[in-house]
Amino acid sequence: MYVAVKGGERAIENAHRLFADRRRGDRSVPSLTLEKIAQQLAFSVDRVMSEGSLYDRELAALAVKQSAGDLIEAIFLIRAYRTTLPRFGASRPIETGSMLVERRISATYKDMPGGQVLGPTFDYSHRLLDFMLAAEGEVPEPSRLENIPDQPTPGVATILDREGLIEPHAEFDEHAPVEDLTREPLDFPASRALRLQNLARGDEGFLLGMGYSSQRGYARGHAFAGEIRMGEVEVEFFAEELGFDIPLGRIKVTECQMVTQFKGSAKVPPQFTRGYGLTFGQNERKAMSMALVDRALRWEELGEEFMAPAQDEEFIMSHSDNIQATGFVEHLKLPHYVDFQAELDLVRRMRAEAAAHQNQDASYNEAAE
Amino acid sequence: MSGHYNFAYLDEQTKRMIRRAILKAIAIPGYQVPFASREMPMPYGWGTGGVQVTAAILGANDVLKMIDQGSDDTTNAVALRGFFEKTAGVATTTRTEDATVIQTRHRIPEMTLQEHQVLVYQVPIPEPLRFLEPRETETRKMHAMEEYGLMHVKLYEDIATHGHIATTYAYPVKVMGRYVMDPSPTPKFDNPKMDRMAALQLYGAGREKRIYAIPPFTDVVSLDFEDHPFDVQEWPDTACALCGAEGVYFDEVITDDHGGRMFCCSDSDYCEMRRAAGHIGDQTRFTEAAE
Repeated sequence: MYVAVKGGERAIENAHRLFADRRRGDRSVPSLTLEKIAQQLAFSVDRVMSEGSLYDRELAALAVKQSAGDLIEAIFLIRAYRTTLPRFGASRPIETGSMLVERRISATYKDMPGGQVLGPTFDYSHRLLDFMLAAEGEVPEPSRLENIPDQPTPGVATILDREGLIEPHAEFDEHAPVEDLTREPLDFPASRALRLQNLARGDEGFLLGMGYSSQRGYARGHAFAGEIRMGEVEVEFFAEELGFDIPLGRIKVTECQMVTQFKGSAKVPPQFTRGYGLTFGQNERKAMSMALVDRALRWEELGEEFMAPAQDEEFIMSHSDNIQATGFVEHLKLPHYVDFQAELDLVRRMRAEAAAHQNQDASYNEAAE
Repeated sequence: MSGHYNFAYLDEQTKRMIRRAILKAIAIPGYQVPFASREMPMPYGWGTGGVQVTAAILGANDVLKMIDQGSDDTTNAVALRGFFEKTAGVATTTRTEDATVIQTRHRIPEMTLQEHQVLVYQVPIPEPLRFLEPRETETRKMHAMEEYGLMHVKLYEDIATHGHIATTYAYPVKVMGRYVMDPSPTPKFDNPKMDRMAALQLYGAGREKRIYAIPPFTDVVSLDFEDHPFDVQEWPDTACALCGAEGVYFDEVITDDHGGRMFCCSDSDYCEMRRAAGHIGDQTRFTEAAE
């Protein structure tokens, strides 16, 4: 009898119970703690915080655990939680120039004030499976400097800026209200600030692909990693009632300044131009991709030719969000049999018509012979 | 992390923002009003727009009916009904006539809706011109200038190629002689029900951040040509195998792997109501096919 989708309620309940069981797995294996996830799967946690737009390591670790390591699902959990939080204002812009630098590299200068600080990285490692890790071998302590040199590490872009070789920092009005694309519907054309906000929340894989395409000739311009820096910065909030800034705490961020040579146009003289990327935690791949896409999106402002998807604001901003994308792609799992029935009816009718035509043609041919 | 959410999940500020969008939508029938769609605890594409509209209009005394594909029992309808039972604690029903708010995906109930009812549609792609012009900046201009030639050309090309218009669902309509509107992917079978409907019709697209509306008793015309008038699907000689209804929208249910199939009402409440009134379908139709 007709039972196809009846009893959905119990089925859903059972499916969720089964999933909880599979997530836990063999009960004799110790369960993951949030602390272990936050410490030992730090890149997962950082990505979930960035794309979830919520800086909270513990909640992000919980989301990773709850989603059994499906990071887009974890981001979704964080977003759904974040949307319920009250907003009491926007922080002051963070000062990445005064960052407590943990890693800082430049591909454009061999050395500069503050030096190249390699810091913790996958770079230059041989990608060989480490069987010692599987055997739970001891991990030696990192080497430490006796005295940490107390010298400032100004941004590389600032150095170029002194010579007037790079475009000045984007102007912004400190007192203008901060746009928030989670609170206002998106309208095109969007400001650069809003574009960067969209990219910062955007899917790492999508931005990687789009940034990569801009390197392969789908958009013009050869980028240099002017600087990538990662470390902690202070977040401050201006309290209206008190009349001064209150420190809220420190967050770890990765910042990328891409530098692209630009031959000049009717609008702008020849100079280096900037592309900007920023993520929570450590995520250089995302910060670099974001900077490439940011630069590609600036074609109109710089008077460049439009030629590729990476430059297309509507295309990029409408498709960068993985929660929107995964929702709409996966909604195809929902029943569509009403529409399918309508199509079935149409295809049957068109087939019948096509067959009738063929028969008619055949009888004409016979008559002609 | 508190387990207590506001009535119907959304905070009152957000509801007010959505209500303003709804009022604007009612004032400009068929016009897509941008709204600051929130991130909801269900995925985009699974009814976030409809859920936000429902949450914004729901009162404590409302009776909610939730359907998907015409049925109260489909998995997503069950999940969304559960969401409002949990967050709003409102009474729910499967009976069309008892409901004050009906949220739907892909169907309009067979029973004629009344003035005290509101029909909330879940909308995936609110822009009827989207598949002709992917850019929002362009389509907004086309609506503003009432530039709908492209849509007529598309329908004409269908006729030139197939001899008839090959759009079976999400069939475009013109609302009150002004805006061309996407009725959400309901089958075109349901289009005539939208015309001069007594109930208020609200459309919510969460991912695309748009709300639009058809006020009660508004003219809604399916686009067509004088020599190719709009028509709806028909199932000649077909009746519901469960309740014997004819002239309704049918689900086709495959009963075996030798081509056996039966038809039954897509609107499960309508079907149940008929069976309760003593109507019985001819179930031998599908058992014969099975043999």
